[in-house]
Amino acid sequence: MFKKFVIVAVAAAFAAAPLPALAQKKDSVVMGMTLEPPGLDPTNAAAAAIAEVTLYNIYETLTKIKEDGTVGPLLAESWTATPDLKTYTFKLAKGVKFQNGEPFNSAAVKFSFDRNAAKDSTNKDRSLFQAMESVTAPDADTIVVAMKYSEPNLPFLLGQASGSIVEPKSAGTNVTQPVGTGPYQLGAWVKGSSITLNKWADYRNAAAIKLSKVTIRFISDPASQAAALLSGDVDAFPRIATRVVAQFKSDPRFTVLIGGSKAKTIVAINERRKPLDDVRVRRAILAAIDRKAMIEGAAEGFGTPIGSFYTPGSLGYVDTTGINPYDPEKAKKLLAEAGVTNLELSLKLPPPPYARQGGEILAAQLAKVGITAKIENVEWAQWLSQVFAGNSPHNFDLTIVSHVEPFDLVKITEPDYYLGYNNEAFNKLYQQIVATPDEAGRAKLLGDAQKMLATDAVAGFMYQPQWPTVISKKLKGVWKDVPQFENDFSAWSWE
Amino acid sequence: MTLLATLVGASLIIFLVLDALPGNAAQMLMGADASPDAVRALTVKLGLDQPLAVRYLQWLKGMAVGDLGNSYAYGTPVAGLIAERLTLTIPLAIISMSVTVTLALSAGIYTAANHNKLGDVGVMSLTQIGIALPNFWFAILLILLFSVRLQWLSAGGFAGWEDGIWPGVRSLLLPAFSLSVVQAAILARVTRSAVLEVLREDFVRTARAKGLGKREVLWSHVLRNAMIPVMTVMGLQFANLLAGTIVIENVFYLPGLGRLIFQSIANRDLIVVRNCVMLLAAMVVIVNFVVDVLYAFIDPRIKVHDL
Repeated sequence: MFKKFVIVAVAAAFAAAPLPALAQKKDSVVMGMTLEPPGLDPTNAAAAAIAEVTLYNIYETLTKIKEDGTVGPLLAESWTATPDLKTYTFKLAKGVKFQNGEPFNSAAVKFSFDRNAAKDSTNKDRSLFQAMESVTAPDADTIVVAMKYSEPNLPFLLGQASGSIVEPKSAGTNVTQPVGTGPYQLGAWVKGSSITLNKWADYRNAAAIKLSKVTIRFISDPASQAAALLSGDVDAFPRIATRVVAQFKSDPRFTVLIGGSKAKTIVAINERRKPLDDVRVRRAILAAIDRKAMIEGAAEGFGTPIGSFYTPGSLGYVDTTGINPYDPEKAKKLLAEAGVTNLELSLKLPPPPYARQGGEILAAQLAKVGITAKIENVEWAQWLSQVFAGNSPHNFDLTIVSHVEPFDLVKITEPDYYLGYNNEAFNKLYQQIVATPDEAGRAKLLGDAQKMLATDAVAGFMYQPQWPTVISKKLKGVWKDVPQFENDFSAWSWE
Repeated sequence: MTLLATLVGASLIIFLVLDALPGNAAQMLMGADASPDAVRALTVKLGLDQPLAVRYLQWLKGMAVGDLGNSYAYGTPVAGLIAERLTLTIPLAIISMSVTVTLALSAGIYTAANHNKLGDVGVMSLTQIGIALPNFWFAILLILLFSVRLQWLSAGGFAGWEDGIWPGVRSLLLPAFSLSVVQAAILARVTRSAVLEVLREDFVRTARAKGLGKREVLWSHVLRNAMIPVMTVMGLQFANLLAGTIVIENVFYLPGLGRLIFQSIANRDLIVVRNCVMLLAAMVVIVNFVVDVLYAFIDPRIKVHDL
């Protein structure tokens, strides 16, 4: 009798007292990331890893690109544009401070934009800021941007990391001691290992920020990425290596988010070289590519086929995958028509698995139609200086690469772009697109542009990659879709 | 004197080989979409437009006065970056070397003493497997067992020395062990054959004939004589160990010297790479020198000036 009583009493005591683990709500997260940023100033260097750490966390921009790719307010509460979409007036949020105590106002915006446009600026989107005819600040919370041409995407473009608003006094040291208006401050940076962000107590909306600390660990090896999640060392891994994702799908401790992107993975063809300047040869290469097999083999199935330099879900998207479909017989015919026999092409592959694995598949597919691809593996540094950069010798026939920038049709119009397309008709069409303010008209023209690129077989357009994110089941608020490289910690919380 | 000449020779080779690498730091830092003008401006700023010989002499001069320059990528002094990383790599090397020596000597001596018995065959088969194991693969197996399944140790990362010695050592245990296994397997085999070799010598038989016990002969006469080849291999293994850290530090994402070299090569941050490689070369040269000096201690017949 007494024994029973003791058991009941003890059980009751346990039931009454909340378990310590539950009482103390977890408010920190460890996130894994593949690459370490070289610095923390997204306005002076291009590395995507900088934006992944800083954007919307340390720094803020006038606008915010949301999960679905639409644009919402951030440091600008609202904006209006003139009907020709050349001049935009932004109303800035009031009472905002930088993390060093300085006030945020139109002067800081003007300073940031002017700095990005300066002659010695190393901003990734310097051309955008140089295309601003004037940036004026009629009062402390209004900024007027007048563009040299119509730019319908300006609110989107200013929401990217390159448009981060910095504070004049601290701008020079942002590389190592970033100062922004965002909800997080840099806590510590152990080079080669991790970055810690701490919640900034004076953030204008501090109550809404759930996580007080975010640790970002840099883990590049795919097997180590998986092990870090499985062992519980890491709670979230956005854009994890695709080949380790399968094991997490059936694991009840994790959620796998498959997000769309604005990226385009392509087989680039050097049109400066013979016989690749012949559209029939390029069409033959496209007809040799089996997109489905490529997505399965090079991206573990994480991709949607595309037929042009544009992604599904964007304004005016048309499906162009039927223009040069997979048809090896047609490929052989086209090659014969062009009088090309025993075609041997160099295929330079940068390090990511989608390129290296994709290259093997491409070489096999090309072999079936009688084209020999000579694979050459290169590092990024080599690839940039030999294949891609505007001042490089463009020393390649074929290469595989994923273009992650959203809305980069403009690149194709640049005369020293690595594809070497340089088609007057396309450039004119592009000028027309940016000069068309109404959305329906622009959508139609964008469709025409996509079709033109597909018909001219400007590149082997393969697929829009999907980016998998693996997170602990209890972690909420992590974005599924990633229109650009960033992690919005202000939305994250533990269940 | 030979020491210095070796190092200068090494520096020349390091400099020339790295300079021949395609790609440049300015292009990497500026990214894919940078304008050629901006890349050129940065090239000048980093001093990469200077002639080869000038840059080499600048580097030598810098090393002589202890100024290694600034990293292209991080913009901070190279000396500081390296010093930071050494707080991990040196303890890692010491722990793995100790594990290697402990495992190898005990296995080697045990098998030699039990020559051709079951224990000898068993341990020698294990070392055969140990030699065949690639260390990064073994590292992943260790992670799967100790971090994923048992959850005793973390799967990677470095706790640092701020919270005391134990958390730091703890995060180095798996990496050190994965580095040691191959090395220990090789060293164990060397130890075994060296000990067996000495056991056949006349003086061992004499010692036994004098009435000394088996154990006493082994510990006080055989081992000392067997140490010379073992020390030589140990010195060579130190170099292997340093090379191994490049792979292992990547598997365990440890911020050590190996990972710094790996990342810097990818970034074409050559000023960091050449100083790191130079440091490794110097370490190997010095360790081999120390081994040579130790020979004289082990075997007094070898005189230091013979070296």
